[in-house]
Amino acid sequence: MFSFCADPKSLEGAAWFACYLTSGTHLAMYWSVGTVMLLLALAAPAAMAFGFAGALAARSRAAPLALAGRGYIAMVRGVPDVVFFLFVPIAVDQGVEYLRHLWLCPDWTEPVRRGADFVVCPVAKMPPSTAPRFAHDAWAFALALLAFALVFGAFAANTLRGAIEAVPRAQVETAEAYGMTPAQAFRRVVLPQMWGYALPGLTNLWMILVKATPLLFLLGIQDIVYWARELGGSKTQVYAYPHPDWRVWYFAALLAFYLTLTWGSERVFARLADRLARGQATAAGERLRRGRA
Amino acid sequence: MKTVLIAAALALAAAGGAAAQTVRLGTEGAYPPFNFINESGQIDGFEREVGDELCRRAGLTCEWVTTDWDSIIPNLTAGNYDAIIAGMSITEERAKVISFTQNYFPPAASAYAALSADANVKGIVAAQVNTIQAGHVAESGATLVEFATPDETIAAVRNGQADAVFADKDFLKPIVEESGGALVFVGEEVQLGGGVGMGLRQSDTDLRDKFDAAIASMKADGSLNALIVKWFGADAATF
Repeated sequence: MFSFCADPKSLEGAAWFACYLTSGTHLAMYWSVGTVMLLLALAAPAAMAFGFAGALAARSRAAPLALAGRGYIAMVRGVPDVVFFLFVPIAVDQGVEYLRHLWLCPDWTEPVRRGADFVVCPVAKMPPSTAPRFAHDAWAFALALLAFALVFGAFAANTLRGAIEAVPRAQVETAEAYGMTPAQAFRRVVLPQMWGYALPGLTNLWMILVKATPLLFLLGIQDIVYWARELGGSKTQVYAYPHPDWRVWYFAALLAFYLTLTWGSERVFARLADRLARGQATAAGERLRRGRA
Repeated sequence: MKTVLIAAALALAAAGGAAAQTVRLGTEGAYPPFNFINESGQIDGFEREVGDELCRRAGLTCEWVTTDWDSIIPNLTAGNYDAIIAGMSITEERAKVISFTQNYFPPAASAYAALSADANVKGIVAAQVNTIQAGHVAESGATLVEFATPDETIAAVRNGQADAVFADKDFLKPIVEESGGALVFVGEEVQLGGGVGMGLRQSDTDLRDKFDAAIASMKADGSLNALIVKWFGADAATF
């Protein structure tokens, strides 16, 4: 980074720290904050999409659809999250490779499972072994994202289902009396009002999602927790910047990072809750009305 | 003449096809001086140099991947990479699941390190999970505490969680020497395993033969010994 960093072993004090904290591995750690934020930015809407689909399916009048929706919610909620995080990426990865193998290599006669080995033909590899490192990282990240969306989608589905059903039935009846179809009534009456009921549950989910991001590390993705452990560990003279066990400082930095993130989220959600409660016939709406009067 | 030309063309095509294939090498990146991640984020160490040279001699394009030690064998058999080169000792137990090349690092001693010379090596002993050292501690009658990374086994001894750590002596040596007397070797050294080799899928015999031949050629011309001395010092065991 700096020109005086060429020979780290000759440095002392502030110069040493300036070079140490801007080394390639530290820059990688700072970038990994971006990985965490990207996961949050993509996993939240993806989980909402899964959740909405799950909630609508579970409430559907078509029996198979309702069964699928309820089955999805019950299955994910009934299995430890970590098991799902370990299972989904491996299952999807091998499933995709197996389907590509059947599609791309119909003439391949050797079995795919040989003892402990899982071997598909080279062109079926996902991503192909010739792909750049970035492609491998992106694929692993996408699999992790899918696991997050599946797990958090099931919880969101239950929250959203409860919120849909919390909108007073009388309002839907009134909408129908005005001649709206069920779909119109849902879109114009239920959908705008349900968010106030859903928000506390969704806020909880977001907080849990933020705190679950270190599971990336479990899936072999180099997130901020991976780097904290890697960089914090004691380093001998083989390394350019030897130091004793500094993990406690790195984990303290992680603590500060996550606290800032959740504290900021709380503030955003508090404002959003006020916004959604305005004009609603709920305790929060009444409080806002009196406050303004 | 014509058949010779065709044969040569075929051989070239085969070689071209093989060269297009990228071989992914999996390592831990946390076991200096065998393998570690240097300050610019690259994999460095004895195995980095050996692996790059083996790939050059075998005519392969290689790419390095890091993975947790704990899942290094499952990730190989699942096809996430094609070879393990991570200070992994050749043992019968592992050879049931994966196949090994001949060793590129001779059988070496494992040793105990502790805070004082009178530490009890039959007390609580730290070792990295799924290592031959962990297996040995469990058999020795001591209480084994396992850790995911080698660094955590050292930290456990320093903060008093364990009486001693049991690991490859070549890994412990720089740590003990640089500890300023805080850590010392205790007890007897133990010879374990059949040296360090590369691990491959059992179905991948072609690749194993290629690396095997490359290791043999590095042993024959002394370049492997030169690398061992460079990374482990002049008193390290060589071939």
